[in-house]
Amino acid sequence: MSSLERPASTVRRLLPYFHRHRRPLALGFGCILATTAIQLLSPWVLKFAVDDLTSGVTRAKLLYYAAALFGIAMVGGAFRFLMRRVVIGVSRHMEYDLRNDLLRHLQRLPPAFYQERRIGDLMSRATNDLNAVRMMAGPSVMYATQTTLVFVVAIILMVSIDPWLTLVALVPLPFVSVSVKVFGSAIHRRFERIQEQLSELSAVAQENLSGVRVVRAYGQEQAELGKFRVANQEYIARNRSLIRLQGGFYPSLTLLLGVGALLVLWQGSREVVAGRITVGELVAFNAYLLMLSWPMIAFGWVTNMLQRGTASWKRMLELLDVPPAIADPAVPVPLDPLTIAGRLEFRHLTFAFGGRPVLRDIDLIVEPGQTVAIVGATGSGKTTLLSVLPRLIDPPAGTVYIDGVDVRDLPLATLRAAVAMAPQEPFLFSDTVEANIAFAPEIAALPAAARRQAVEQAAGLARLDKDLGDFTNGYDTLVGERGITLSGGQKQRTSLARALVTEPRVLILDDALSAVDTYTEDEILHRLREVRRGRTCLIVSHRVSTVRDADFIVVLDDGRIAERGTHAALVKQGGLYAELHRRQLLEDELSAIGD
Amino acid sequence: MQDDDVIGKAYDSRLMRRLLGYLRPYWRSALVALAAIITHSVLQLAPPYLIKLVIDTYIPAGDLRGLVNVAWVYLAVLAGSFALEFVQTWLMQLTGQRIMYDLRMQLYAHLQRLDLRFYDRNPVGRLMTRVTSDVDVLNDLFTAGVVAVFGDIFTLAGIMIVMLGMDWRLALASFVVLPLIAVVTQWFRSNVRESYRTVRAWIARINTFLQENLTGMATVQLFRREGRNAARFDEINAAHRDANIDSIFYYAVFYPAIELVGALAASIIIWVGGLNVLDGTLTLGVLVAFLQYSARFYRPISDMSEKFNVLQSAMASSERIFTLLDTPVAVASPSSPVALDRPLQGHIVFDHVWFAYQNEDWVLRDVSFEVQPGQRLGLVGATGSGKTTIISLLLRFYDIERGRILVDGIDIRELDLATLRGLFGLVLQDVHLFSGTLGGNIRLGHEGLDDLAVRRAAEAVAASGFIEDLPGGYDAPVAERGATLSTGQKQLLSFARALAFNRRVLVLDEATSSIDTETETTIRQALEVLMQGRTTIAVAHRLSTIQDMDRILVLHKGVVRESGSHQSLLAERGIYYRLYQLQFQRSA
Ligand SMILES: Nc1ncnc2c1ncn2[C@@H]1O[C@H](COP(=O)(O)OP(=O)(O)OP(=O)(O)O)[C@@H](O)[C@H]1O
Ligand SMILES: Nc1ncnc2c1ncn2[C@@H]1O[C@H](COP(=O)(O)OP(=O)(O)OP(=O)(O)O)[C@@H](O)[C@H]1O
Ligand SMILES: [Mg+2]
Ligand SMILES: [Mg+2]
Repeated sequence: MSSLERPASTVRRLLPYFHRHRRPLALGFGCILATTAIQLLSPWVLKFAVDDLTSGVTRAKLLYYAAALFGIAMVGGAFRFLMRRVVIGVSRHMEYDLRNDLLRHLQRLPPAFYQERRIGDLMSRATNDLNAVRMMAGPSVMYATQTTLVFVVAIILMVSIDPWLTLVALVPLPFVSVSVKVFGSAIHRRFERIQEQLSELSAVAQENLSGVRVVRAYGQEQAELGKFRVANQEYIARNRSLIRLQGGFYPSLTLLLGVGALLVLWQGSREVVAGRITVGELVAFNAYLLMLSWPMIAFGWVTNMLQRGTASWKRMLELLDVPPAIADPAVPVPLDPLTIAGRLEFRHLTFAFGGRPVLRDIDLIVEPGQTVAIVGATGSGKTTLLSVLPRLIDPPAGTVYIDGVDVRDLPLATLRAAVAMAPQEPFLFSDTVEANIAFAPEIAALPAAARRQAVEQAAGLARLDKDLGDFTNGYDTLVGERGITLSGGQKQRTSLARALVTEPRVLILDDALSAVDTYTEDEILHRLREVRRGRTCLIVSHRVSTVRDADFIVVLDDGRIAERGTHAALVKQGGLYAELHRRQLLEDELSAIGD
Repeated sequence: MQDDDVIGKAYDSRLMRRLLGYLRPYWRSALVALAAIITHSVLQLAPPYLIKLVIDTYIPAGDLRGLVNVAWVYLAVLAGSFALEFVQTWLMQLTGQRIMYDLRMQLYAHLQRLDLRFYDRNPVGRLMTRVTSDVDVLNDLFTAGVVAVFGDIFTLAGIMIVMLGMDWRLALASFVVLPLIAVVTQWFRSNVRESYRTVRAWIARINTFLQENLTGMATVQLFRREGRNAARFDEINAAHRDANIDSIFYYAVFYPAIELVGALAASIIIWVGGLNVLDGTLTLGVLVAFLQYSARFYRPISDMSEKFNVLQSAMASSERIFTLLDTPVAVASPSSPVALDRPLQGHIVFDHVWFAYQNEDWVLRDVSFEVQPGQRLGLVGATGSGKTTIISLLLRFYDIERGRILVDGIDIRELDLATLRGLFGLVLQDVHLFSGTLGGNIRLGHEGLDDLAVRRAAEAVAASGFIEDLPGGYDAPVAERGATLSTGQKQLLSFARALAFNRRVLVLDEATSSIDTETETTIRQALEVLMQGRTTIAVAHRLSTIQDMDRILVLHKGVVRESGSHQSLLAERGIYYRLYQLQFQRSA
């Protein structure tokens, strides 16, 4: 039964979380123990009461029995209260730990991870699966322990009344264990498949909902509905297979249990008739058997939760076991991000995505304070070249250096504090404009007034101040999810301001003005001139006008540096850049002819 | 309005009636399940009675033959219970699944009709919760909730009747504790409801936080926000945990309290019943049966609180689901769209159009222009001046406040939506790709588009080069959001999509902003041919992209400031002229 063994080793990975709460857990187990012990006393009292009633009893004694029953329930209730509080409480603490750990882990995984995975799938694991794991860690542990205890003690007490009768009562037990085993592993497998499909369903919906404009514009509503229907049908189909199983599982436990009770009634009453046991004993025996019925049902329940829990835990472990491909070096070189001069060096950098070379033998040195522009056709590798600097993509060791230190030998925090980037595709959070600009932690942590000042200055550089002046709430304007309530250019400039506000040693602009009109672009470039002074800048653009002022220009062609030099030199050289220049000039001149 | 914090009553008959409406197509299964439940609860009453018979009748008489008969009856009861329970669980769960399926499809279909304004306000994470977990919660209602409660009620009523029938005085004595149950339950209900509300609110925040930060993880890492985010997440997470721990308290009190009441009833039975046995007014068998019945009486009551929990969450979920389903579709096809005798030609008129996303914050003021079929219109203007908005209005993503938008002389609000949108091939400023294949992203769900058309479109925008370089070509996989493509490549794909659909009007919103000059020139040449005789509307910041348009509109803060051909605008020496001067100077 490999599918039952696998869960065992999977569950072991959960032990550290239990360990963290061992004290409350120990207390919880104590309470479970006490609850169970006390619970088992009452049938005993019943036995005495019934036996005494057949043989004659005083009123006082009767009252005493009644009071005893109530007293037992009182004490039992108190422990039961504690048990729930402690054990379920611990499971909530574990859930909290797990969720925190998961986020911390996810935050260490590189962008490449998020490109392979679908967000809907990740979300499903972080929510639905986590919940199943919590149910396993809390309620199911509680019930499992309680069940086992009740079981063992009840059987001992039953044996003390009549061993032979106990044996008869337990005839169905082997069948119960077989049924649990068979059903258990089947539930596990089916549940795994259900969770998988739930992820798929989420991912389909997620994509549709975030691409709503395309769906509407191209009238894809019906096609999208069709996609969803397929996912939904499959989800229901997989659920059905679990239902059939569960439909049989629980009743079969009740049945087996009933057969036990029947056997006891049958055999027990014959023994009473034969005078071997008293009526009171038979009643107590039955009460114990009734008590066993709850554990038995709980047992089915626990099996179900355990199987679901382990299936889900496995899915979470799949995430937790992804090693952070981009991490701090084992022996980091200590550098102060503020004193980094910003000398960049690429040494024979060759990089491939899954065997497809994207950068080939890049050799490039940028002196501190220089501005270097990178141009090149769509897909020529510009973004990739920029991304290796802040290690969004990991370059091979010994290829990318900052101030003579391999970027892979710097702590990530230092590296990324020194290098700020306005990415080609801005990502805004549903928060205020100010919070989106003051995103870097050191800016976010500033006192309100100072922060506002820094933000205003950066927004001024990015020429966002104009737009914000027109907004009723100015810097406190809430932007929708992913900045949906801003125009394309506003989004881009917010993202630019976010990079500028950190006053980095190395500033990277990846086509960061593509959605900005010429006039505003000109204003921004003008203001950036000041910013560029004293820091290293890498600027990607398709526009000659944006790159012509650079200290030198690098032309990428299919991942290779094809040309390099100043604007004037490159134009004279008559290569790719000169062609680009000619083309753009021509376009602009063409229209001037009629002037 | 779509607030995750909303929580109504635990039982709301209006919602419940609506929910039960979903049962209607499956009323047969539901009826069978209900019958099974009722029969099952009646059968449940048998065992204690059989025990009474044994103790009072057969044991004193030493009647072994009678015992055998009882055993047979007992066995029959067991087998019957098994069958009934199986039928009931299976049918109910099956019905639950079917209802879930129906509800999901209905929700999703409604989401496909809702307008953009709705999507501006509602984060994707929240809508996802509606479609996935909220529906799942409702499932519990059908499988573990409503129907099972019926069962419980029958069991309770049955037990009470049997007890009253066996000995009404003792029965009444044991019912003395019932008011206590009411008190405990009431206390539990009001408290649990409050804490449930808090828990829901925190869960919603956790989900939104995760959704957003996972999507924007590269930005988070680039700006070293991991620590701050972890701290923020920790806060939400801890608040969620504490809210849950608070609610445990009420459960932890409730269960023992109900058991205590049960124990009190047992004590009363022992005391009162015992006295009666001593008096000889009650048999021992009846006393034992009473004890067993009362034990069976309190189990469903504490069960009910479990179901109460289910009911509570189901009501809250269904409230949210129904609110979503009831959200009116602000932009929809008219009930009787104008009948067209020939396909739309693409004659577009904006007639004194005013528009605001919010209240009176006008984004477009009194915009008027006309595009003849086959004409090409260029839109320029500073960022945020309203260009994208004009396009959104043309496709009726939003409805305008004042004025009219006419296509072929018909107000677009009187046209069938699909017909209207079918007129346009659109390249959005924000590119969106679906996971799937490259070819699939050009074709979308339009099965009628053959490979040749897809290929032609890709060739026209010079995307065929990179597509064929990828292993698999047009069948090469695309990750979610096209994450493994360069920005320009994504834009080319979405451009190819617009061409492949071969529509009368091509609408380009900054369609080449991330594309190199050479490719752009190639595209422009291809378009000359492809768009012969068709209408084009193009937004661009690079004047070169639009200068040979028939007509150019210059937008400034939502107002059309200049309009005319390139030459006439230059002659006007206004905004366009200055823009042009600037661009020309800079590239020269
Ligand atoms: N969904 C929205 N909700 C609220 N306000 C919006 C929304 N979309 C745009 N706006 C606002 O309306 C104004 C016009 O936006 P629009 O997107 O039309 O500008 P645009 O001319 O396309 O600019 P860009 O060149 O930057 O793309 C901007 O101020 C923007 O902030
Ligand atoms: N994560 C990735 N996985 C696989 N291939 C990738 C990935 N990212 C980029 N590529 C491929 O690498 C090549 C270079 O991409 P890159 O984004 O660097 O281009 P670019 O020069 O920035 O282009 P653009 O001007 O369009 O932004 C492209 O062919 C692209 O498809
Ligand atoms: Mg790029
Ligand atoms: Mg726009």
